[in-house]
Amino acid sequence: MMITLTVNGERVSRHVEPRRHLIDFLRLDLGLTGSHAGCEHGVCGACTVRVDGEIVRGCLVLAASLDGAEVTTIEGLTDSGEVADLQDQFVARNAAQCGFCTPGMVMAAADILRHHADADRAAIREHLSGNYCRCTGYQAIVEAVETTLAARRERAA
Amino acid sequence: MNDMPTPASIGLSREDLPNSYIGRAVPRPNLPKLVQGRATYTDDVVLPRMLHAAFLRSPHAHARILAIRTEAALGVPGVVRVFTGADLAKVCDPWVAVLDHLKGMKSAPQHPLPLDRATWQGEAVVAVLADTRAAAEDGVAALEVDWEPLPAQTDMETALAPGAVVIHPELGDNLVFTRTATKGDVDAAFAAAHRVVEATFVTGRHTGVTLEPRSIIADYNRADGMLTVHQATQAPHMMQNVYAKHLRMEESQVRVICKDVGGSFGIKVHVYPDEVAVAAMARVLGRPVKFIADRFESFASDIHARDHRIKARMAVEADGTIIGFDVDDLTGIGPYSVYPRTSAIEGNQVVNLVGGPYDFAHYRCTTTVVLQNKAPTCQYRAVGHPIATAVTEGLVEMAARALGMDALELRRRNMIRDDAYPFTSPPGMRFEGLSHHASLDKLLEMVPVARIRADQAEQRKKGVYRGLGFAAFIELTNPSPFMYGIGGARISAQDGCTVRMDPDGSVVASSGVTEQGQGTEAILAQIVAHGVGVPVERVKIITGDTLTTPYGGGTWACRGAGIGGEAALQSALALKAQILEVAGAMLQATPESLDIVMGNITDRATGAERMSLHELGRIVYFRGDTLPRDLPRELVQTRHFITKEYPFAFTNGIQACWVEVDTDTGMVKLLEHWVVEDCGRVVNPLLVDEQVRGGVVQGLGGALYEHCVYDAQGNLLTTTMADYLVPMSAEMPDIHVGHVETPTKESLLGAKGAGEAGTAGAPGALMNAINDALAPLSAQVLEQPFTPARILAALGRI
Repeated sequence: MMITLTVNGERVSRHVEPRRHLIDFLRLDLGLTGSHAGCEHGVCGACTVRVDGEIVRGCLVLAASLDGAEVTTIEGLTDSGEVADLQDQFVARNAAQCGFCTPGMVMAAADILRHHADADRAAIREHLSGNYCRCTGYQAIVEAVETTLAARRERAA
Repeated sequence: MNDMPTPASIGLSREDLPNSYIGRAVPRPNLPKLVQGRATYTDDVVLPRMLHAAFLRSPHAHARILAIRTEAALGVPGVVRVFTGADLAKVCDPWVAVLDHLKGMKSAPQHPLPLDRATWQGEAVVAVLADTRAAAEDGVAALEVDWEPLPAQTDMETALAPGAVVIHPELGDNLVFTRTATKGDVDAAFAAAHRVVEATFVTGRHTGVTLEPRSIIADYNRADGMLTVHQATQAPHMMQNVYAKHLRMEESQVRVICKDVGGSFGIKVHVYPDEVAVAAMARVLGRPVKFIADRFESFASDIHARDHRIKARMAVEADGTIIGFDVDDLTGIGPYSVYPRTSAIEGNQVVNLVGGPYDFAHYRCTTTVVLQNKAPTCQYRAVGHPIATAVTEGLVEMAARALGMDALELRRRNMIRDDAYPFTSPPGMRFEGLSHHASLDKLLEMVPVARIRADQAEQRKKGVYRGLGFAAFIELTNPSPFMYGIGGARISAQDGCTVRMDPDGSVVASSGVTEQGQGTEAILAQIVAHGVGVPVERVKIITGDTLTTPYGGGTWACRGAGIGGEAALQSALALKAQILEVAGAMLQATPESLDIVMGNITDRATGAERMSLHELGRIVYFRGDTLPRDLPRELVQTRHFITKEYPFAFTNGIQACWVEVDTDTGMVKLLEHWVVEDCGRVVNPLLVDEQVRGGVVQGLGGALYEHCVYDAQGNLLTTTMADYLVPMSAEMPDIHVGHVETPTKESLLGAKGAGEAGTAGAPGALMNAINDALAPLSAQVLEQPFTPARILAALGRI
């Protein structure tokens, strides 16, 4: 079937099979390889992207259901500069090792920055607990988010 | 040796010696692309005319393949070709995974796809190639296979008993390997001992769960006769040899390219039959074939590890002196030893490592490695260490409780003295220099033991059970050919680095070690920048391509910094010497009177800048006519490094774990964790700390949650991430990391490995913490993972 949607601010129209997941649609049909397929069961969070302002699992959403939707991936989020400070913190703290979880982790962390400006360490850990990272042990990621939140609060004050 | 000037050693601050990068927390240059989603993992690579592979996998743990009917599959739209084991046997020779130095070891020939019998549930049996992965999976669904299910041998305890199903009848029995190490007189010493503590420990079979699954694209080009394999692998040169050997090609006809890798941990250093099948199919078809394992396939066919039962005893004197250890280890490794490293190494490591931190006289440890109809096991992060450490440290804390002695005091009394090196352990491991006492002292500066003990007592009054556990450990790093090479495997223990200076004064280094996310490229850039004398931003690193990097072993057994790093340092220093010779000729000065600092030739005595490398490059490359005719001007140098004095560079450390056990639910809450480790020279403290933290969490995962559960028939019950639990951020504690530095004298750099220390010690520390919490209730758990059910059973609640 034919769908038309906005991906990273650009209008795209494609024929998709009814069984096509959003993550495969993004990676295979649009070449947006920044989002990753990790478990294809909605557990690991590597395919986390934003649909109409909310983060979703790209492996649990069918592309066919997204006619008219607005999708943002790590590529679009990066280009917008919305989380440049967070990404700088990820680099400064080595909050990524292999990087396979990182785009999904950044999408989930961006959600904290948008909706939970006062999140403390425990709340950050809780919010990110749908995103699996095998490499880091999570602490550096939590600290990258915590530091970014604190810096934003300071700037806002 | 070890006389490399560091800022501290010559009394300068880092600011005084700006391109001294050894020991600095430099951010990784390849990190921005990862956080922006601009990396290139193997699945991101798309080639023209590429086909996708999907496999029909055995639904049985053990079954004869009676017939395979492919007509319906070939009729599925998009399906191009179907391959069976018999098809691939025509173009690919089988392998037998044994090593000569593991005396008496045996295993059966293994084909990319089995010829007539499947021996574990999840084994790839038939391959379907199609123009999309979805079509290939449709094709698999249309395959028809007639199976004759056979009895499965799943319990390792009965693998050698009369009546066991002999998985490969031609081997005679299910015994793969056994080895006993002995020292002293265990029987007499134990008989005369003041006290003997004993227990049976179980470590749960678990697996790596790399977030990026196994990934490969093989592309055979008939025009130039080259097989190019894009693969997420730790050992490109080893894989080059494997493909060439078994596909009957020359090594020079095979190129292995490894771009970004989404985590390895040992999972991606082995030869997987389905991946060899992909290479064989590409060779037949003359076009690219891609295979990316899905998560079900990962759980069912990635190597598993740590499936051990260990009966262990420790004898002590009344004053806490350790007399000796007596250990019987049994491990089930699946139906085949895994090629080419073999599946006997983990048990062998247990034999080598039990009792590691301590000085004692009597030792006996046997490992027995048997076959079973489950997924093959092989080397996974910290191979054997978490098992040996949990056994050793579990017994140490049991002995302390039995003697009414503080467990740290017992450790201090028995740890090898920091001035006792070189030291040879009872199983024959040679230690160049360790720091158990200094590490324990450092740990006690970090862990507020008195406050924790006071809190523990206070909480117990309220019915809250908290526990503090410790685990000291040793870790084997920087392996020499004694690990695999002497056994006949073409796995390089040597590694090389080529460093060149380009006309603009920038430096490019290509290395045989590989980047899996641990930061290899970052530390190589630091080392090269340090060695040549340029800003780290001016160094680019190439890894992961057999055609363009010096031959090397890749990433395994914690060798990247220690072996690859030293090769990089030596080649960088050689390039610096070569640059200074050219500069001396240009500046009419002796090379010894010059230096290179932050990309400029300087006068060594005054620090005055004489010339930029950019200018030197311009003259060498474009106006060579102005230089003395016989001046050597090769601004490229290659050096290789291999350890020669010691078979392995051992490291050491100690961990502490602070937990709360809910005695009503059996749930364990991790409150805080501490690690002190000694990996020799720390090249980049930021990266080392993160290696340790990640390693700790991986160890905690295996000890608390992760378990490949099979039923008695050999059906794998944990095939999704909803069934197989991994550590997530909410459950994990803050982890404090400290260091003691005892550089190895084998290299100028002095670095040893750091990647496995966290995983080696965490399960033992956690077990001791849980048992410390449960001690007032007279309960203990020794079987990993320490699930709520096991804890409640230990408490007699269920």
